[in-house]
Amino acid sequence: MSARAVLPGGEAPARRRRRAWSLGDAIVPVFATLAFAYLMVPIAYTIAFSFNDAGRSNLVWRGFSLDAWRNPCGAPQVCQSLVNSLLVGVIATAVATVLGTLIAIALVRYRFRGRAGANLLIFLPMSTPEVVLGAALLAQFLAVRVQPGFGTVVIAHIMFCISFVVVTVKARVASLDPKLEEAAADLYASAWLAFWKVTFPLLVPGIAAAALLAFSLSFDDFIITNFNSGSFTTFPKFVYVSATRGIPPQANVIGSMMFFLAFALVLAVQLIAAVRRRRAAAMSSALS
Amino acid sequence: MALGVAGPDAAATPQVSGSTSDSGADLELVRVTKAFGSFLAVDDLTLTIPSGSFFALLGPSGCGKTTTLRMVAGLEQPSSGSISIGGTDVTDRKAYQRPVNTVFQSYALFPHLTVLENVAFGLRRKHVPDAVARAGEGLDLVELRHLADRKPAQLSGGQQQRVALARALVNNPAVLLLDEPLGALDLKLRRQMQVELKRIQIEVGLTFVHVTHDQEEAMTMADTVAVMNAGRIEQMGSPAELYELPRTAFVANFLGQSNLLPGTVREVRDGWVGVDVAGTRVVVPQARAVSQDGSVLVGVRPEKVLLLPASEDLPDDANVIGPGIVSDVSFTGVSTQYQVEVPGLGTFGVFAQNLAGGASAAVGDRVRLAWAPGFTFGLDGADDASDGVDLA
Amino acid sequence: MSIAAALSSENAASVGPASGPALAAGPTRRARSGAYLLLLPGLAYLVVFFILPVVALLATSLYVPVPGGDVGQFQPAFHWQNYPDAITAFWPQIVRSFAFALIATFAALLIGYPMAYVIAIKVRGKTLLQGLLLVLLIAPFFTSFILRTVAWKQILADDAFVVTALKWLHLMPEDGRLTATAFAVVAGLTYNFLPFMALPIYASLERMDIRLIEAGGDLYASGLNTFWRVTLPLSMPGVVSGTLLTFIPASGDYVNSSLLGNPVSTSMIGQVIDSRFFRVSDYPTASALSVVLMVAILILVGLYVRRAGTEDLV
Repeated sequence: MSARAVLPGGEAPARRRRRAWSLGDAIVPVFATLAFAYLMVPIAYTIAFSFNDAGRSNLVWRGFSLDAWRNPCGAPQVCQSLVNSLLVGVIATAVATVLGTLIAIALVRYRFRGRAGANLLIFLPMSTPEVVLGAALLAQFLAVRVQPGFGTVVIAHIMFCISFVVVTVKARVASLDPKLEEAAADLYASAWLAFWKVTFPLLVPGIAAAALLAFSLSFDDFIITNFNSGSFTTFPKFVYVSATRGIPPQANVIGSMMFFLAFALVLAVQLIAAVRRRRAAAMSSALS
Repeated sequence: MALGVAGPDAAATPQVSGSTSDSGADLELVRVTKAFGSFLAVDDLTLTIPSGSFFALLGPSGCGKTTTLRMVAGLEQPSSGSISIGGTDVTDRKAYQRPVNTVFQSYALFPHLTVLENVAFGLRRKHVPDAVARAGEGLDLVELRHLADRKPAQLSGGQQQRVALARALVNNPAVLLLDEPLGALDLKLRRQMQVELKRIQIEVGLTFVHVTHDQEEAMTMADTVAVMNAGRIEQMGSPAELYELPRTAFVANFLGQSNLLPGTVREVRDGWVGVDVAGTRVVVPQARAVSQDGSVLVGVRPEKVLLLPASEDLPDDANVIGPGIVSDVSFTGVSTQYQVEVPGLGTFGVFAQNLAGGASAAVGDRVRLAWAPGFTFGLDGADDASDGVDLA
Repeated sequence: MSIAAALSSENAASVGPASGPALAAGPTRRARSGAYLLLLPGLAYLVVFFILPVVALLATSLYVPVPGGDVGQFQPAFHWQNYPDAITAFWPQIVRSFAFALIATFAALLIGYPMAYVIAIKVRGKTLLQGLLLVLLIAPFFTSFILRTVAWKQILADDAFVVTALKWLHLMPEDGRLTATAFAVVAGLTYNFLPFMALPIYASLERMDIRLIEAGGDLYASGLNTFWRVTLPLSMPGVVSGTLLTFIPASGDYVNSSLLGNPVSTSMIGQVIDSRFFRVSDYPTASALSVVLMVAILILVGLYVRRAGTEDLV
């Protein structure tokens, strides 16, 4: 036999080796680290200046203070605009998520005439700049003599959120095996029950992601809102308008709170997913 | 009565024939260890694979065989040790600098390129002048030239597998690595591809290193099989050698089935080891016994064992166990498989060829079990008699 | 047995030569009425609040002032001359908008791709790190876009640390400034749309089988070569959607140019539309410019998508 296995303790001394360092391997991570830093700089700035002993204008650092955190509603209009934004966000998200999810299911699961047209109608609002969407709605509201305000803002937000919901949920629907519903039908479920008991629960993660995206788009929207809000003020509009005369540190507090809240929420989702994945991996390796 | 069966000498040990090509393209692993954190995936492995051979690394999942393959390919860096190909140390070379190609488990065909572009990929990177023409020839070898302009997604699993093979082969590597290449195919296609792979290997004369958990696949194709377990090679040899003379309980159970009986050595005389198995004397050829004193495991393959009615006279030159009660009979066409409960020893498996056209014993029959002593093998008594049973 | 035999037994089960890629999950064909029922509410909403407004915008763009009326009073007409007038008056802002958006898109691609690559490929398997980086990439969505832009304005301000330090190091002339420059506007656009670029690229890289990169290495392609021949082509759908999600909003944006720029040399078309509507109540010109912007973007996007070969964007 010419093939041979040599038992440990054989002739050649074991060499410890370290991966050879190369510039190519390091460049991408270093660059990406810098990019993440770039992404974080203004957020860090916003958080830092929420602790500024600012007085009326929050432009220069005047010392550490918790005043703004103790009384986030201390500056006029900050909390009112926040409540307005949350209200608009919740309503717009709810309506857009329902309408968008229905469209997504129809687009993936059915073949029908006018499909290309439907796809185009979804795609167009996404490929139109916000300033055009805002101007078009304003032109419409002017033409029919509707006074801009809370209602018009909600209408506008639902409109631009629908397409993003459709795109997000559609990806999820497409990844589902249509045989699942057939299996449910085989097990005596009506079409409606099959959808409600099988398809819908599997779509929930996609729908939740779409709702989260819709809310973040609505909550952060400035341009379309600015065209259609009249005297109604949302949080981004409040910040934009106050930018010229100095933003109160309370606005930074609200911004920071949103960041921490989102960070905790997204991190929790990620962690749960990671734990699940690890558990599944452990399970499958135990079984194999 | 004498048992009319030939002894184990009939299964001659075939020599690995790698001597025709120059030994310059041998693949050598010297004291290779790979640790992932505290887990030792590959544990101080030293191995030489001669050029031109079809070598199989066989083992259950997690035994380190794929990690070994990936280290040879350059996709994984050993924690220590060295790897050389044809006498050149390639340990520090990146994957693209090694004269090695891989047929990946899931094929890893580039979905955005056509079949022909996939096959030409490596040749183009090496700036071979007639890359496309060579790629076409590669497709001829696997008889897929007519699908050259398709995208991989348009091919069946078996066709994708052959494209992956062609993509690796056209580069004429010093070593071709196959990572469970047939795992995704159905049984019938797998059998056909086994034969086909062997034909291609002989035709092109390259060194094939084949990783698999399928013992039948390894034995069908490879000249030499190395059985891996827990990061180490348990035993290495020709398929027949491994099957007829396993040296550990793991190999005895992972490669085919074995009856392993715990016993104690009583005497060693005239080339034979006498073992006391639950009060019965069983002999093992001295050359086939790993351990010759203290507690041992005595093994025999199920097809070597004959069932004798309890009333029948005992052959005096055979190893005999029993009597026991037949607890299960399953007829499989070519053979009949019996399970026999022997008090004090547990369940004994017997395969009998259907020479007489039916089962020779029924459930509940009292039988004895006999076999030619020359087929017996002896293992270290410290081995776990059920090691590898669930993994095969 | 030959491969030809194996082939013939397989061909029966495999896809025929002309049938193209196998449909992974073919839609179940059910009553069409079900589809229309699902589509109706959402599409009707889009017709009423997107299509009709665009029609209203088109109509408004052709209006003429009411003779002898107040500022802001217009009447329906087909005054096509509004278009050449608007374009003649504001072509520098139109061109500047596309130039800024193009540069910002390119910069966001250069910065965003490595971020997406690191999250999707480099730290794949390290779930915790991957999750954390993903959170960092998504987090800006939840910290007001205006607040972050204002933060940049203050960070880049004349008397703030960055400019002072650059001047002290003599990397910048004494009279140099960062805020109120084209650089600041483009940097702001790049910054604000970076996650929109990186996330779709991440999504397409995440789906990619890591073995394809290994196969590239196995077939003699160096790291850069594998990236160019394998990784980049396979992530093209992500690159296409990322560039669209960056370019389209960037070209119409006016928050960055009004907060970080100056009114003379950095104003973009969005600012003009905004001020035509709200400052001077010149609705026809504002509408005409909106239509020009929309049509120009649709043409550019159409050409780009055709060139990139990705039809199914929705």
